[in-house]
Amino acid sequence: MILPWLILIPFIGGLLCWQGERFGHVLPRWIALITMGLLLGLGLWLWASGDFTLAPAPGGEPRWAHEFVIDWIPRLGITIHLAMDGLSVLMVVLTGLLGVLSVLCSWNEIQNRVGFFHLNLMWILGGVVGVFLAVDLFLFFFFWEMMLVPMYFLIALWGHSGSDGRTRITAATKFFIFTQASGLIMLVSILALVFVHFNQTGVLTFNYADLLKTELAPGTEYLLMLGFFVAFAVKFPVVPVHSWLPDAHAQAPTAGSVDLAGILLKTAAYGLLRFALPLFPNASAEFAPIAQWLGVFAIIYGALLSFAQTDIKRLVAYSSVSHMGFVLIAIYSGSQIALQGAVVQMVAHGLSAAALFILCGQLYERVHTRDLRQMGGIWARMPWLPAISLFFAAAALGLPGTGNFVGEFLILIGSFPGAPWIVVLAATGLVLGSVYALAMIHRAYFGPVQQDAPLPGLKARELAMVLGLAALLILLGVYPQPVLDTSAASMHGVQQWMAGALDQLASGR
Amino acid sequence: MEHHAVEFTLQHLIALLPLLVTSLTAIVVMLAIAAKRNHALTFILSVVGLNLALLSLIPALEVAPLEVTPLLLIDTFACYYMALVLAASLACVTLIHAYLGGESGKGYPGNREELYLLVLLSAAGGLVLVSAQHLAGLFIGLELLSVPTYGMIAYAFFNKRSLEAGIKYMVLSAAGSAFLLFGMALLYAESGNLAFADIGASLARESSQLVQIGIGMMLIGLAFKLSLVPFHLWTPDVYEGAPAPVAAFLATASKVAVFAVLLRLYQISPAMSGGWLSELLTLIAIASILFGNLLALLQNNLKRLLGYSSIAHFGYLLVALVASKGLAVEAVGVYLATYVLTSLGAFGVITLMSTPYSGRDADALYEYRGLFWRRPYLTAVLTVMMLSLAGIPLTAGFIGKFYVIAAGVEAQLWWLLGAMVLGSAIGVFYYLRVMVTLFMREPNMHRHDAPFDWGQRAGGIMLLVVALLAFFLGVYPQPLLELVQQAGLVALAQ
Repeated sequence: MILPWLILIPFIGGLLCWQGERFGHVLPRWIALITMGLLLGLGLWLWASGDFTLAPAPGGEPRWAHEFVIDWIPRLGITIHLAMDGLSVLMVVLTGLLGVLSVLCSWNEIQNRVGFFHLNLMWILGGVVGVFLAVDLFLFFFFWEMMLVPMYFLIALWGHSGSDGRTRITAATKFFIFTQASGLIMLVSILALVFVHFNQTGVLTFNYADLLKTELAPGTEYLLMLGFFVAFAVKFPVVPVHSWLPDAHAQAPTAGSVDLAGILLKTAAYGLLRFALPLFPNASAEFAPIAQWLGVFAIIYGALLSFAQTDIKRLVAYSSVSHMGFVLIAIYSGSQIALQGAVVQMVAHGLSAAALFILCGQLYERVHTRDLRQMGGIWARMPWLPAISLFFAAAALGLPGTGNFVGEFLILIGSFPGAPWIVVLAATGLVLGSVYALAMIHRAYFGPVQQDAPLPGLKARELAMVLGLAALLILLGVYPQPVLDTSAASMHGVQQWMAGALDQLASGR
Repeated sequence: MEHHAVEFTLQHLIALLPLLVTSLTAIVVMLAIAAKRNHALTFILSVVGLNLALLSLIPALEVAPLEVTPLLLIDTFACYYMALVLAASLACVTLIHAYLGGESGKGYPGNREELYLLVLLSAAGGLVLVSAQHLAGLFIGLELLSVPTYGMIAYAFFNKRSLEAGIKYMVLSAAGSAFLLFGMALLYAESGNLAFADIGASLARESSQLVQIGIGMMLIGLAFKLSLVPFHLWTPDVYEGAPAPVAAFLATASKVAVFAVLLRLYQISPAMSGGWLSELLTLIAIASILFGNLLALLQNNLKRLLGYSSIAHFGYLLVALVASKGLAVEAVGVYLATYVLTSLGAFGVITLMSTPYSGRDADALYEYRGLFWRRPYLTAVLTVMMLSLAGIPLTAGFIGKFYVIAAGVEAQLWWLLGAMVLGSAIGVFYYLRVMVTLFMREPNMHRHDAPFDWGQRAGGIMLLVVALLAFFLGVYPQPLLELVQQAGLVALAQ
């Protein structure tokens, strides 16, 4: 019974925030903070209490650490079916953590329509948790599309207008259209899968466990897999369809960027791991080289473009494209080590990207620009923030001792046997990563001083947020074992699906 | 075919009760107007009559399916669409009352009462149409539905646009009817029958050139009423010119009734389905989806925007019609219900914004800037409606769209689905544009809600109910789905 509460708490909390505005601007913030704290607490409790050796695997019914089923639309065989395994619990905890942080980082930034802002924020997070828990494909799609609306409002109403005429509304609309259109393609795929299953068994159902047993002709399987892949690729983002991301990130308020980079991108990786691969293993195996090359391309392209940006938030946004490229390579590698690396990378990137966006927000509150050309010399003008930025830049470039290093290292070492050339090229991304990360630090904090006036330092709240993230990132870097243990069974299942299909493909050649 | 002896029993009367009550209401309203003009009284009489007609569906359902004269077949399908038509008319009447204004001399300057009469007559036409199983019934219903709308559209006749729209609609509608009649004549010439099922049966064997032309012409006539591309040219002008509650009626009750009869014709007459006809419908659907959505992008007038968007929505509905198997009939039922709900909400907001009548409707998009700070509840309603039109989860529109896509996938209509995905992506753009306009903050804007009188309040409450229903059906659609599932078509054995 605990799983639906993970979703309901943010939704109810959001409504309370909205109405809480009647009693002043502070109340909604506290309600939101408590809501997210509750979500994080519940997530941690589930993590501590669950048996995460249970996870779906090929053959037999999927087993879950926690499960919840109730009828919803019997006419179409749709149930409210929530389930949790190691992968989802990690994502839910990450969502709770970043939820707390996004409330905290908006404490001063958002001054108007506070209640409505927190309503949207809470509903995004509720939708994301729903995506991570749903194992009914209709329900999954429902949450997948639902979280777009509050995100749209967040960017359109509280965002910043960017440089050279890019308005926040254009950015928000672009984000919405990209994800909505690709989502509909996935819906068509979902329905096609359901009807294939219906024609085979006579049972109309959207249940993950049942649909796993569908037998698909190779051509159909490939097409359906592509339908899923397109939707996930847009959110991932894979390079040809990434163009919404820099705009949305740059124009969103800090909390929006934190959520986008920290968890919304992860829903795509999660979707591939949970749905696209297990449902269509053979087609995925066939598609794997293409996906991995797309990943390599994203790594290099993202890094190069990141280097060329003058807007600090766009720079961080493009670096996300680069980092998620590693995850894409790992997902399609079919190697247990790489898949576990992908999970670590997802968590680490969630933490480090969130921290970088929070730092960008804090910097913006002080210097009122995101243009790197107008910064410079800030190191001398304020304590703490530049040094912490340096730490997270180093984390982003994959410095040993941080979670990002563990993730990228595992991904590269795990994928190498299967695809050596891809790994060799992907590794250049680490070099390029150092280039843009250090360039960002150099342009913003070193160099000639533009103004002499000292800037106000970080408040305790701001300092606590970023230092907490830094501590977690180091913890993940030196002792990633808890994360690896939790995700082991889930990733083992995915690996079996993928490896079986890859073997079949190899023997067929 | 055996000849039906016309014998009327109590059963037949019960089956016809909704139609009889509606017609009786129209007569009572007419007499009341003749005796003494009273806006409030006319309104109350119309509302009571329509509610009674809705209630009389319950006994009618118990005797269904029943053939009442060869012209009409009262089955669950007919009852479901009757309920939709009646509910939509009821909502429009409520809006009209708010729109025309109170007794105090404010608001609409001309005679107010006849508008109710026209709505009731038109609703009666809709009831005939949805239960028609015979070309004669179809034509009578269609004309009874359309002719009063000429007057309704031009009701604000001292406004040039309204008058122009009325005349435009009358001329084009008459042309559409002429096509329809000619098509029927050709069909009759070839098959010697006018009942849907018999036409299908006698034409299933051989299908001559003449029949195909006849069917094509009928399709043109119906496509005109449904404003499908390329017969859509009247739609934006008429939607813009018509008083807002009348536009609501046109978008909902009128279109629902025509689509229901088209569905029945298509399903029952095998000659209608198959071959080049479904290819033609596919083309019309794709064109409607793409043109409707693309042209809506350019609009700065909310009524025109909704007009173009309705073209696109009926394009989506054609997907289900072409699918014609499996979930298709249900998909149409669900989609029409959600569409009616959403259109009523959207036009309702425009109506209340333009209330009481003051020469022109508030339909320019800029008039809605920052509406959130002036009228938060109306804004909430319009936001839900825009999301529902765009088909976003948590709203009824999502369920409708989901059903139509499911029907399309089941019938493997990939081209149509492609157009639908593309059209939805385009559609999102202008729906979002409207939505975000509502929340744009203007400088020196104060937070207050416009005061409203009782008439507005009834409309406002109705709109809130509509919005809540749209939300509720988006979260828990099962009741609607069960209802629609039972409202399947029954082909009575002859």
